[in-house]
Amino acid sequence: MNTQVVNTQVASGPAPVRTVVAYGFWIFLLSDIILFSALFASYAVLSAQTAGGPAGRELFELRHVGAETLCLLFSSYTCGLGLLSIGRRRMSAFYLSFGLTFVLGAAFLGLEISEFAGLIARGAGPSRSAFLSAFFSLVGLHGAHVTAGLLWLCFLVGQTYAKGPRDFVRRRLLCFSLFWHALDIIWVGLLTLVYLMGAR
Amino acid sequence: MMEQVPDVNENEASGSVATYTVGLAFALLLTGASFLVSQTHLLWAPGVTAGLVVLAIAQMGVHLVFFLHIGTGPDNTNNVLALAFGVLIVLLVMSGSLWIMAHLNTNMMPASAILQMQR
Repeated sequence: MNTQVVNTQVASGPAPVRTVVAYGFWIFLLSDIILFSALFASYAVLSAQTAGGPAGRELFELRHVGAETLCLLFSSYTCGLGLLSIGRRRMSAFYLSFGLTFVLGAAFLGLEISEFAGLIARGAGPSRSAFLSAFFSLVGLHGAHVTAGLLWLCFLVGQTYAKGPRDFVRRRLLCFSLFWHALDIIWVGLLTLVYLMGAR
Repeated sequence: MMEQVPDVNENEASGSVATYTVGLAFALLLTGASFLVSQTHLLWAPGVTAGLVVLAIAQMGVHLVFFLHIGTGPDNTNNVLALAFGVLIVLLVMSGSLWIMAHLNTNMMPASAILQMQR
């Protein structure tokens, strides 16, 4: 009975703008995931081609990778909480959550940059072997996405401060949160295929 | 154009603190399990890869449901269909590349044999 009422409501008029915007952004995210899948495939094909150089077993430090994973998971969580607080117009909770999201995202990026710098210093840069080229382009593209996400986050927090929690601001924050959660999904694939399987 | 449509019926609360917390707990649990499986001999050694893939897919599902709110609601049908298409393309790209490249590798003549033929 109740679901029927909801169904006719949805079918009778145009969907709410928020639903349409989220759908469009979801399509973009899926195309981004397909872009990543091409790099995942090339990594999977090239991961054994070390050209006599170091393999993943000698390079990856799982403690480091675990810290990166925790940063990303908790920043996703705070991002979700921030979205809930702006929906309820709790502005200070929103700023706190998004501030934490930024700090955790920046911590992830710092860990990744230090990992890359360490690899290059050990002579295991992207030009060493096909395996390392594939590794740096795949993990680096994810890092570039996180960097873009952090810039976007700063911009959106500034906009929220300037314009208040209006409808269009909240829709942009929704899109950002979808982007941030999708980066987590890609990181799960990276963690499994690159680090956990590579370190064995 | 879009801005002029009033946001009636905005279903603001997709998810709650509880769903995000449950999602985070599941994600942490599955990540921990992945690390455990890869670092110990809990699983039969040849099965570790399959175990890690299963755990990763489970965690991606948790993220989709609890963080991205991809569910079974009536306003979610389009999202699920788009996701299904995306998953199809990802599977084709990944498995196709691995399959083709593995066959090329096994069917390729060793470099020394190619040099012999060119003499």
